[in-house]
Amino acid sequence: MDQNRITINGHAYEFTPGQTILEVAQQNLIDIPNLCHLKGTRATGACRVCIVELEESWGRKIVSSCSAPAKNGMIVHTESPKIVAYRKFYIGLMLDSGNHNCDIGARADESWTDFQISAMENDQKEELCPVWGDCELQALAYRYQVKGRVSGRHREAVTLPIEGDNPFIIRDMSRCILCGRCVAACNEVQVNQAIDFGFRGTKEQIIAGTGTTLMNSACVFCGECVQVCPVGALVEKKALGKGRPWEVTKIRTTCPYCGVGCQQLLHVKNDTIVKVTGVEDGAPNQGRLCVKGRFGYDFIYSDKRLKTPLIREKDGFREASWEEALTLVADTFTRIIDESGPDALAGVSCARSINEDSYQMQKLFRAVFKTNNIDHCART
Amino acid sequence: MTNSFNEFAKAKMLLVIGSNMTEAHPVAATFVKNAVQKGATLIVADPRKHKLVDFAHTHLPLKVGSDVALLNGLMHVLIQEDLYDSEFVETCCEGFDVLKQTVASYPPEKAGEISGIDPELIRQTARLLASVKPVMVCYTLGITEHTSGKNNVMSIANLQMLLGNMGVPCGGVNPLRGQNNVQGACDMGALPNVFPGYQPVGDLSARQKFENAWGVDRLPEKNGLMIPEMMEGLVDKMVRGFYIFGENLANTEPDIRKVEHELASAEFLVVQDIFENETTRFAHVVLPAAAWSENDGTFTNSERRVSRVRTASPAPGEARPNWWIFREIARRMGHTWESDSAKDLWDNEISVLAPNLAGIKYHRIENDGLQWPCPTESHPGTPILHLEGRFTKGKGSFMPVEWTPAAEVPDDDYPFVLSTGRRLYHYHTRTQTGNCEGLNDMLGEETADISAADAQKLNIDQNEMIRVKSRRGEVTVKARITHEVPEGLVWMAFHFREGNANWLTNPVYDPDTLTAEYKACAVSLEKIA
Repeated sequence: MDQNRITINGHAYEFTPGQTILEVAQQNLIDIPNLCHLKGTRATGACRVCIVELEESWGRKIVSSCSAPAKNGMIVHTESPKIVAYRKFYIGLMLDSGNHNCDIGARADESWTDFQISAMENDQKEELCPVWGDCELQALAYRYQVKGRVSGRHREAVTLPIEGDNPFIIRDMSRCILCGRCVAACNEVQVNQAIDFGFRGTKEQIIAGTGTTLMNSACVFCGECVQVCPVGALVEKKALGKGRPWEVTKIRTTCPYCGVGCQQLLHVKNDTIVKVTGVEDGAPNQGRLCVKGRFGYDFIYSDKRLKTPLIREKDGFREASWEEALTLVADTFTRIIDESGPDALAGVSCARSINEDSYQMQKLFRAVFKTNNIDHCART
Repeated sequence: MTNSFNEFAKAKMLLVIGSNMTEAHPVAATFVKNAVQKGATLIVADPRKHKLVDFAHTHLPLKVGSDVALLNGLMHVLIQEDLYDSEFVETCCEGFDVLKQTVASYPPEKAGEISGIDPELIRQTARLLASVKPVMVCYTLGITEHTSGKNNVMSIANLQMLLGNMGVPCGGVNPLRGQNNVQGACDMGALPNVFPGYQPVGDLSARQKFENAWGVDRLPEKNGLMIPEMMEGLVDKMVRGFYIFGENLANTEPDIRKVEHELASAEFLVVQDIFENETTRFAHVVLPAAAWSENDGTFTNSERRVSRVRTASPAPGEARPNWWIFREIARRMGHTWESDSAKDLWDNEISVLAPNLAGIKYHRIENDGLQWPCPTESHPGTPILHLEGRFTKGKGSFMPVEWTPAAEVPDDDYPFVLSTGRRLYHYHTRTQTGNCEGLNDMLGEETADISAADAQKLNIDQNEMIRVKSRRGEVTVKARITHEVPEGLVWMAFHFREGNANWLTNPVYDPDTLTAEYKACAVSLEKIA
């Protein structure tokens, strides 16, 4: 297949026509940094971080790998000195474009070994950026050793207020780098059409509706925007302060709500779910969740949970041991079977619980009680 | 579903009927919207102008309960104008002549009169459906929760067979299952007529197979009772002991007053759940269960995909896994069961006993789940059923049906149609969502959704408390005036105890499936002040 080969950093790779340079690189585990690219959506080329250098017959040129299609015979360099220099410049511009209080600010002469200490330094925000340590811009700044306030284009202090009038999503546009991933997620992935770019020039920002809050827009709080945000502009309110990314274990599971069966990653710290995200590329949801799947997990921690067997006593219930409760159930069912036959028992299984539970319940009814009076809410 | 979710976004045309997908199956809806953005044609048939209609090429705002008439009307046009797939019909189907005869009496004018859809729009829609191949049909409870539920489903199958849209990618008949594991509960044999894997209890060899596997004799051969029959049995004492596992029947079943009378009549009621709810009030014993993410297991989604569920947190207090509770009751009644974990149950019992699941083992579904039928451990699973028109039973049978009206239709005393469903921010009776931070803030109470025209006629303001009455009961609830609802229709949900639609709904059932007619009854609206 000589027709579909490109060379990246000296190695030849095959590609399928229609793939972008970035897609070919990702497929071959070559890491081209990117911030605005969102799989499955139209390339915007907004962040310029994914630029690569192409060798052409007439010389070299720079393109953004997320939007440039791979062509036969292409020779691509992803980390050439020129690319690295430009990339550092773009990363610096983004660091300077808002409140990124993880950057080392004016102390551009300091080394990145001081990075963690200086991260605590206040940069127009009282609190440390909530995604510190889990931020793609920060990771790139570290990787390319970019320090803030070197572009000479630091904007005025960004004083946009934090939006938190809804229960789920905190929007801090002062940390937004205008990559547009959230816009693509909202308009092209989930298609809820709640947010978009608004205003122009230096005042450009992501707006909800026609410039209102998410609460007053078409937003349905699926949280896809939060999942794709590379920085701390969009964060889950319920997860705030509950755990740092390196403290959590990610456990894959299936959503307990509708029949789509979305695959979730439970972010768990100390046996407690602190956040839920979608499993990227997992079937069937491809990383997507809805408001219930993403934010409806904490019912299991409610104080109102049943914690002990209960036995009716007059008008109320009293707590009982498993031994007493199960013996009462078994004895009563046995007596009813003896007196009236097995068909005097009936049971309803649960369409919310696991397969193994429903299997076990029908087995109890058929093999032990000897009745087929077992049903569940499939019909209602 | 005969097909899979990953086909939605690639479909060329979709017909979504009786499915408020953006609220009830939001992630599935995103794939439908993706398809539309890529140029697919979306046809939505629904009495309400719900969110998905914004993306539709054609909206068929049919009257509640007129589905069969509309579908027969579409098929009438397809046959009359010779637009159907005659090759598929001849080679893969049987019973076409009877279908032709039945739908012959549903010309668009008659179908239009019953359904309220302009006959010309019915013709255009039929031509539209025939213009592209394949068309994917999705439906939900708007189809099944009628006294004609089974007939509605068969009409959809008739249409898709007539169009030759079965057994192909991006086609098929695709019911989106309501609950996360309603498919699985069926597959597991939590049904009165079948063992796990849909093996009939009336079949001697099936009984012998399970008798051997379970080490018992004389498994019962007679089909058991369905839920409504069980409930009625509580009153006439045919059913003396009733065991409810994880269902809040007091709020979910039609006609709450009747349901509560039935539950209160129970001689001995065991309720196993994760919270106290309206149903536990009637219990004699309440057993505390471990919840989602407190034990390992599997769910099976609408596309027959068996996926893993994993433990993240310990269960609170004394709460125990449900399978453990059942096992302990069995032990106390003289049966010792070996399986001591969900994995044991699946790998050593379920997948051994249900041929369709035989190839699915825990080690194979560590990441993405597998779709049944999956008969062997080397089988990749089955994303699409009836491939190339090979139906399970050989040829696909057309099952022509006649339209029948809802059991209760509006009259002078109760002039509005009440239809019910689910809203985005809550799930059923809120046992789960009502105990999550934030979701109650998004939706804190029930509303009765009515049209602006009706609101004006009755002098009702937005958010005004009104009374909705049916022959079963009445509720006081906030009016929500919305363009989504056509004149003459009231739409409500059953998430909250106060203003729950099931105080009003009609306990009448499809004669075969005993699915209740949640989608149609007659009510009156009253201004209170």
